[in-house]
Amino acid sequence: MNLTFHNKAITGILTVLPAKEVNFEDEMENYNFSAAKSLKLKMAMGYNKRRIVDNGVTVSDLCVYGLNYLFEKELLNKDEMDALILVTQSPEYFMPPTSNVIQGKLGLKQDMICMDINQGCTGFEVGLFQAFMLLEQEEINKVVLLNADLLSQKVSNMDRNSNPLIGDSASITIIEKSDKSNTIFANIKMDGTAFDALIIPAGGFKMPSTPETAKMVEDAAGNFRSLDNLVMKGDEVFNFVQREVPPMIEDLLSRAGVEKQTVDYFMFHQPNKFMLHKLADKIGISRDKMPSNIVENFGNSSGVTVPINICYNIGEKLLNSSYVVCLAGFGVGLSWSSILIKLGGLSFVKIIEY
Amino acid sequence: MKQRIVNILQEIRPEFDFTQELNFIEEGMLDSFDVVNLVTTLDESFSICIDGMDIIPENFATIDSIYNLLIKNGVKS
Repeated sequence: MNLTFHNKAITGILTVLPAKEVNFEDEMENYNFSAAKSLKLKMAMGYNKRRIVDNGVTVSDLCVYGLNYLFEKELLNKDEMDALILVTQSPEYFMPPTSNVIQGKLGLKQDMICMDINQGCTGFEVGLFQAFMLLEQEEINKVVLLNADLLSQKVSNMDRNSNPLIGDSASITIIEKSDKSNTIFANIKMDGTAFDALIIPAGGFKMPSTPETAKMVEDAAGNFRSLDNLVMKGDEVFNFVQREVPPMIEDLLSRAGVEKQTVDYFMFHQPNKFMLHKLADKIGISRDKMPSNIVENFGNSSGVTVPINICYNIGEKLLNSSYVVCLAGFGVGLSWSSILIKLGGLSFVKIIEY
Repeated sequence: MKQRIVNILQEIRPEFDFTQELNFIEEGMLDSFDVVNLVTTLDESFSICIDGMDIIPENFATIDSIYNLLIKNGVKS
């Protein structure tokens, strides 16, 4: 599906990272690898260090901390917030929406809309689409998009497929109407037939958590996990990404009439370094234009990796200059999406620790 | 070139004999992470860039399939 938006702008991005850092080498003994193999994988996949929250910390804790930081620094006026969108797979409750919880904790005005969206790896793009659509309303001038996931708590620490790369984080993105005439090109696709390629099988209404679902079971590759844990079919996801993402990017750029060489940065979701390197090669762009260093520094926190990627790799530049940037997310759903947008002149682009 | 492939495989999984005519994937001699290591090593050793779409189990199941993949990527036999 092709999408086009006019006269909208991202005006600020803040990333909130947990202060707690864990190192791959400290966890190597949990996995069924030789030390030599683990160290080779560290290089290829980008396993290194990742940020995770302490038990008990929730999505609203990170989001409220970040929003209060913006209020205190006078980078955001709470009375100007007309919509609060939270994209997360780690809600605090089945009901109510966590965005409402955040609104209440912060004492935000009642004259606004709060909504939760359950999306993962494409969560930044889906959240932006929702923000752009809300901004078509006359009374909505500023949308605050929250992306937050704390999935480290749902991954078995004896699952070498997922545990070494999963991180936790939150981001706050401000989207506003723009006086400058601009066009944002985007596309998105979904394939729910592969819904179980990335899944937490138990814990919902389909399969409530029980002592039975909590039992650890060894899989054919030697990983131990329960039905309460996240499970990823790594091979299937890898092949899906290599098959679907390059033509999606080609279609996007073609529709926008932009040559890939004129795109300054390709700020993609960060599943792992190996996958991103192969993706850059397949698309035919320099690996320098597609940063792949988020997993090795902070871990993969689902859709939040795109704003982290922006803040960490080009944040400073975006304060005073403008760049043509291609954003992309791909994964759980399955879903895949990309956006071509001009980013620049932001009020803030920053990473803080919780 | 086939001996070089065997040597690379032997380095990745020294506990197995890759001169045997077995399906390395089905026999559990190579898992998906071994394939990642193998692709990275082949890319570096032969100065090639194996296409992501070619990273499928059947291309790494035997010495011959790996050999054919290298030929496809322009490596001279």
